[in-house]
Amino acid sequence: MPNSASSTNHIVTVKNLSFSRGTRIIFDDINLNIQRGKVTAIMGPSGTGKTTLLKLIGGQLYPDAGQIHVDGQNVHRLKTKDLYNLRKRMGMLFQSGALLTDMNVYDNVAFPLREHTHLPEAMIRTVVLMKLQAVGLRGARNLMANELSGGMARRVALARAIALDPLMIMYDEPFTGQDPISMGALVHLIKSLNNTLGLTSIIVSHDVRETAAIADYIYVLSEGKIVGQGSPQQLADSKSAWVKQFMNGDADGPVHFHYPANDYLDDLLTAK
Amino acid sequence: MLELLEQLGKTTRGSFAKLGRATFFLMHTLTGVREILPRPSLLIKQMYSIGVLSFLIIAISGLFVGMVLGLQGYYILSDFGAEESLGLMVAASLVRELGPVVSALLFAGRAGSALTAEIGLMKATEQLSGMEMMAVDPINRIITPRFLAGLISMPLLAAIFSSVGVMGGHMVGVGMLGVDDGAFWAQMQNGIDFNEDIINGVIKSVVFGFVVSWIALFEGYDTIPTSEGVSRATTRTVVNSAFSILGLDFILTALMFGDI
Repeated sequence: MPNSASSTNHIVTVKNLSFSRGTRIIFDDINLNIQRGKVTAIMGPSGTGKTTLLKLIGGQLYPDAGQIHVDGQNVHRLKTKDLYNLRKRMGMLFQSGALLTDMNVYDNVAFPLREHTHLPEAMIRTVVLMKLQAVGLRGARNLMANELSGGMARRVALARAIALDPLMIMYDEPFTGQDPISMGALVHLIKSLNNTLGLTSIIVSHDVRETAAIADYIYVLSEGKIVGQGSPQQLADSKSAWVKQFMNGDADGPVHFHYPANDYLDDLLTAK
Repeated sequence: MLELLEQLGKTTRGSFAKLGRATFFLMHTLTGVREILPRPSLLIKQMYSIGVLSFLIIAISGLFVGMVLGLQGYYILSDFGAEESLGLMVAASLVRELGPVVSALLFAGRAGSALTAEIGLMKATEQLSGMEMMAVDPINRIITPRFLAGLISMPLLAAIFSSVGVMGGHMVGVGMLGVDDGAFWAQMQNGIDFNEDIINGVIKSVVFGFVVSWIALFEGYDTIPTSEGVSRATTRTVVNSAFSILGLDFILTALMFGDI
């Protein structure tokens, strides 16, 4: 049956989603699917609600209309307990890392294990060291969260996100503000974790080059709509003026350089 | 005029909405108690940072307040030749009023502001959000142990304040001004009633602990997640706590001792 085939292939389906904050419309009837086992990127300029989309998928926000299914379950219909059970299977990497600042690296990674499992401390140690080894920070286990650089904090957060072996991980702007070396490390890490652990990854980003290098499929958002989608190659060849501007980083195009304002000359001459 | 009315309506609605959020927050915090009790280590850690670390400021303040009471009390009582009653006066003032009230005010300044800033910054740095996404309820895990720790620490701190205060009064009254040592303690023992004075004082300090912890944690949780938001929330914690403590103190005193 095509229906069941699509539901097993898509770990996340977003149907007719609309969401607004106050009078500002963030999403206007968007549809998208995230394929199991792939790296899917959601791109768009700042302020298009990419992070909001992740929070909607994680059930932290409620949509005005539409549905979001994760692994066959309607996120916004779940009871708190079921939602929490679902969240144990989704990891999320926040832009800031969101590490707990009163704990060291080791305890941060052990945190979800201690909260959700009854594993003996010896086994927790093994799991934590394995996860830290995967992100290359086994040697940093005794550092406190505030002693880490931005890139290291994100890698620790990544180790924490995979501690419970989730089905999927959502990355919120993983490349923002990283130096080229930690950027390269993160790009490599996201791709290799996705492949070796059989995860599904959703990357929200506006770093075109890095994201295009590892994404299998890309959705481009703008002003509440999906304006382009396809593999990185398809998007690079896109004829849409908007997608072109975004992918090439042109200063002016369908998205204007200037915030809407009245005439410049008039503005200068109307001295009070 | 219309604008003024509009502003008034907006402020009133805002305050009621906040009160509603605060009530839900309190309910949610209290439901977390069941989850925290089997994990005493979380509670003990918070009792250390909220209670034990407030010990010094409470003890030193208690000492000075007791010393001043000894001094002032002696000058007035000696006018009537009643300086033997100094022990009773010092102890009654401390146990009934100054112990719970002053230690609650200090507690709001020392521990309440720290709680607000801590929770506010945890919100601003997405730690609370991150916890939610790890399927850990941040209110149960973070707020409830702090709330319970505040509730338990406050009466203990008030008791320490009062005891140290009595010693301060004794030091000045007996040690420096020559009030009779036996009379000082005997008058205190005769005059202070366990139910009337001590239990009522403890009830007051429990109520203050409840209110200060609630205000501090809610202000932190409800803060606008920016530096300015956290700074305003911290200020509000101290100001609102002080008003609540003093207002509630009047109501409680009227109910306990008054014939109003």
